[in-house]
Amino acid sequence: MPETVPATAVSPESQTLPPLLDIQSVSFRYKDKTAVSGVTLSLDDGEIGAIVGPSGCGKSTLMRGIAGFETPIHGSIAMNGSVISTPDGVVEPENRGVGMVFQDVTLFPHLDVAKNIKFGIRKWHPDSQLQRVKELLDLFNLSKFEDRHPHSLSGGEQQRIALARAMAPRPKLLLMDESFSSLDAEHRHQLVPKVREVLKSEKISAILVTHNQDVGFALADRIGVMESGQLHQWDTPLNIYHQPCNRFTARFIGEGTLISATVLGERKLSTAFGTHYFENDERLQVGDQVDIMLRPDDILHDDESEIRGKVEHKAFRGSHFLYRIRLVSEEMLYCLADSHHNHHIGEWIGITPNIEHIVIFDKKNGEHRK
Amino acid sequence: MTPLHTWKFNGLGVAAPLAALIIISPLITIAASIFEAESSEILTHLWDTVLTEYVINSLLLVAGVSVLTLVLGVPAAWFTSVCSFPGQRVFVWMLLLPLAFPAYIIAYTYTGVLDYAGPVYTFLREALGKSLADQLYFSIRTVSGAIFMLGLVLYPYVYLLTRAAFLEQSVSFLEVGRTLGYSTIQGFFRLAIPLARPAIITGLSLALMETLADYGTVAYFSISTFTTGIFRTFYGFGDLTAAAQLSTMLLLFVALLIFTERYSRRQAKYHETAGRKSHQTRIILRGANVFWAWLFCLVPVLFGFIIPALILIKWSIFDAEWDIPSFISLSWHSFELAILAALIAVALAILLSYARRQSEAIVIHGFISVAGLGYAIPGAIIAVGVIVPLAWMDHRLIAFFKSVFEVDTGLILSGSIFALLFAYTVRFLAISLNAVQTGLDKIKPSMDQTARCLGYRKMEVLRKVHIPLMRTSLLTAFLIVFVDVLKELPATLILRPFNFNTLAVRAYELASDERLYDAALTSILIVLTGVIPVILLNRTMTTRHRRNA
Repeated sequence: MPETVPATAVSPESQTLPPLLDIQSVSFRYKDKTAVSGVTLSLDDGEIGAIVGPSGCGKSTLMRGIAGFETPIHGSIAMNGSVISTPDGVVEPENRGVGMVFQDVTLFPHLDVAKNIKFGIRKWHPDSQLQRVKELLDLFNLSKFEDRHPHSLSGGEQQRIALARAMAPRPKLLLMDESFSSLDAEHRHQLVPKVREVLKSEKISAILVTHNQDVGFALADRIGVMESGQLHQWDTPLNIYHQPCNRFTARFIGEGTLISATVLGERKLSTAFGTHYFENDERLQVGDQVDIMLRPDDILHDDESEIRGKVEHKAFRGSHFLYRIRLVSEEMLYCLADSHHNHHIGEWIGITPNIEHIVIFDKKNGEHRK
Repeated sequence: MTPLHTWKFNGLGVAAPLAALIIISPLITIAASIFEAESSEILTHLWDTVLTEYVINSLLLVAGVSVLTLVLGVPAAWFTSVCSFPGQRVFVWMLLLPLAFPAYIIAYTYTGVLDYAGPVYTFLREALGKSLADQLYFSIRTVSGAIFMLGLVLYPYVYLLTRAAFLEQSVSFLEVGRTLGYSTIQGFFRLAIPLARPAIITGLSLALMETLADYGTVAYFSISTFTTGIFRTFYGFGDLTAAAQLSTMLLLFVALLIFTERYSRRQAKYHETAGRKSHQTRIILRGANVFWAWLFCLVPVLFGFIIPALILIKWSIFDAEWDIPSFISLSWHSFELAILAALIAVALAILLSYARRQSEAIVIHGFISVAGLGYAIPGAIIAVGVIVPLAWMDHRLIAFFKSVFEVDTGLILSGSIFALLFAYTVRFLAISLNAVQTGLDKIKPSMDQTARCLGYRKMEVLRKVHIPLMRTSLLTAFLIVFVDVLKELPATLILRPFNFNTLAVRAYELASDERLYDAALTSILIVLTGVIPVILLNRTMTTRHRRNA
């Protein structure tokens, strides 16, 4: 009798568990166009990831690929060490144990709230079904809606029920496709932390794709930035913000500008607003032309400062002003100022750099150079 | 890494194209007849003698019915959609009622009233004397008579689609027109009609398809057209090939209409106005304008439904010979056929639509488009197209059973209601397909994917999500096919098994024997059943409108 080999081929030597989700240089084609090319990422058990990027960057196709609706043309996807997608075939979506919440909510209009949530756990014992529905309704503060029909609920309520329904079978991984973008800002602010809390308490791993980076930052432990089918970076939110790996990520995440600089010597840069020091990098040589990334919080307003710039645009943000400043060199940067410092557009004001960590990009290829 | 073995037998992907292929086999049979080398003697004979007449009469009918349906349909659509006047709400649905009348039944009814023996002529003769009455008398059994009969029951197609187009037009168009110096009437001709043109043409094409498909009216009036020609060739001369070739010629006309219809439908999409959520502020009619509105709305309803229905009711109550047992058996046959055919048509429609949703293969989409063409093909042609392959198979079956089991099976397929059901399915699949597809398209693909992610296989998704959600669409499809089968005449006449009668066939036979009064009872049952989908149609129209408002 042939030996039955389990799909998860973990050798006894390796003590480390495989990641929950392991995507290896996967590519998808969608209608004659390569929508995702060579994406590699992994997600550990219990982690929440977010993939942000402009519309059409391929993030939704990647999500559908993970769910099993698309067959990759290259690469592989594995869960808990067993392969579930290769160009040779995919495990059908219904057999993956992956939950998914869609942008357009998709509650079944012919079923009430409780039946919607029960939909995916029909094979459970009836008592456990009831128990699970009650549990999820409580978690999402939805108990009073149990026998209502979807059409009588608000968008936010529908979204919570869709999430509850997807979580009901306790999927190993929950995929969320722009799940919060149909909500207004207020509901989003309430729901996103709630979802994070529920996911963590249920120990469900999740990936959210969104064009709204704020939601990504609020929800995820790991963030990926996608553009034209490529995943530029897969990192912690802090690193994505402060150490973007290339110009696209730098520009896409947060607010910031790139200022040109010249390498003056060891750990010394010259910019339009003075000389700065940076951590050592052997690859940089004296005379190299580079760009440095500046976030609004890297530049402070200081009436006393000798470095001055002209206010081109200002946005009032309650506690502070965000000024867009044009330097003498014609370069632009953003500056945060206390909201008591109300300056006019066209006025020349003083600024002071307060750069704790400099991010340097090569002028030619845009790659990150530390 | 373990390799994946996920190849699976795709049942849907095989069953759907196969079903579509069977459905279009009669059409292929007809089309293939063109290539049969030796054109039969009968066809040459027809060519020399009556073919010109067929063409001329068919064209006259098409031209006349076009004018009449436009005159009856478009103004009524305008008044009921854009204007407000006493009775407007009632006219909205009353104007649809003539759809319930098969053209051949309205033809018998008017003939009974207007013929020499009828009450109108008798009255004129008694009032004015014979010579004057003879001068005033006109025969309804002419091409123009047929045009009136067909126009009266077919204008609702134009009315329905034009009205929908008018309702979608934002009223702001007319308001912009008025600020630019157009009166309401000028706005109607310069703005509303041009904008609604694709819809009007679509409605007209549907009415004309029915005109070309009509057999009962023209046969009763003894007008030679393609359909009667196909009948005569098939029945009189028993020449299938000639009948098929004649059918091909008629199909050329039909193809032109199909093309026009599909093209206009595509155009209609471009003419859809964006900001149509705006509330319809109706033009309130007063004084003489109310009279015009009533004239244009009442005439079609009065002559297309109320008068003929009253006549039929009077005849069936006071004049008809009540043969209850045969009436029950007729009704049973008709309803049995209609229920079976409607079930088959809806089931096939679900199969084909679902296959289409699952697959992007052009082959499947192409097959399904062709399978949906049946509604344009006259029943007589479909009957010929059905009987040729079935007869062929029957002869093989008979030979087989004789040689193997030594029994004579008879014509299992072509001589039973199987042939009828097959023909009905071919002819009316388009209706159920359209309804099911519309219902299915309204369900977002992410619904399917959600259910898949929750552990449901494709067929389970169909059962648990799609079918419950499409219940109304499925019921509508079922009822419309049901009623259309009940009314269908030419295919039933050709394909019915020996001694098997339906309501429609009996009404036709009685009328042909000049037993008009006796035909009334079966006719009124057909008409009353026909009112059901009209009510449904009206309901979906109003709910859709309310939802938009």
